Amino acid sequence: MSLNIKETIDGSFQLVGADFTHAGEASTQLKQKLAELGVPDGIVRRVAIATFEAEMNAIIYAAAGWLHYCITPQSITIQVVDMGPGIENIELAMQEGYSTAPDWAREMGWGAGMGLPNMKRNSDIFKIDSVVGEGTTVEMIINFP
Amino acid sequence: MKLSDIVNKLSLDVKTYKDGLQHAVTGAYVSDLLSDVMANSKEGHIWITLQAHINIVAVASMKDLAGIIIIGGRQVPEEVLKKADEEEITVMTTPLSAFEIAGRLYQLLT
Repeated sequence: MSLNIKETIDGSFQLVGADFTHAGEASTQLKQKLAELGVPDGIVRRVAIATFEAEMNAIIYAAAGWLHYCITPQSITIQVVDMGPGIENIELAMQEGYSTAPDWAREMGWGAGMGLPNMKRNSDIFKIDSVVGEGTTVEMIINFP
Repeated sequence: MKLSDIVNKLSLDVKTYKDGLQHAVTGAYVSDLLSDVMANSKEGHIWITLQAHINIVAVASMKDLAGIIIIGGRQVPEEVLKKADEEEITVMTTPLSAFEIAGRLYQLLT
């Protein structure tokens, strides 16, 4: 099935801190949209995983955030901007198994220290930028065939 | 093997989305860490877990899993069941432990 993307499609979702009930809604809608556009299943799943992990991080750590997406015939770019505490040591945070998640998140099975590595693994380009006390921005690009 | 065969053989209690029982099951993954499931489960797997909160539905949907078995006779909250029906995810329960249900499922699938 060929891609049915004629022009750039973009949009945003608002993320609310600690709002677990609606966690995954942005990723679910994006997954549906990409499938409708004829993006192959494997790529759709990579986008879904990367987006859901980014969404969860904003919900676990930040008071609020935004998820922006931009779909072109070549790729999808997902940017998640949060107003959270920021990350002191990004290199450490990228290590699998390292987490600063609060206990309540760990009890739900989050906070295994796999979120950022999962995002990176599923992206073709992964960028992270963080300022302590201000927030974190993650940008992920996933190419289409 | 079809999910309905597994449900019969393991006496699982199907709580949501009975249409999903027609799905083919390719394997299973046992974990209570959601990002671990996101990283390592595969399409068509059954997910065995003690987690029964709302986020398990999104994880199963994101990974196109065949269904979720919640172990140890845990109660699944009504909002989780509602969400699972909406997202077309088959949630099943068993009084057995993760070890016991995974062992029986392993025998069926290998």
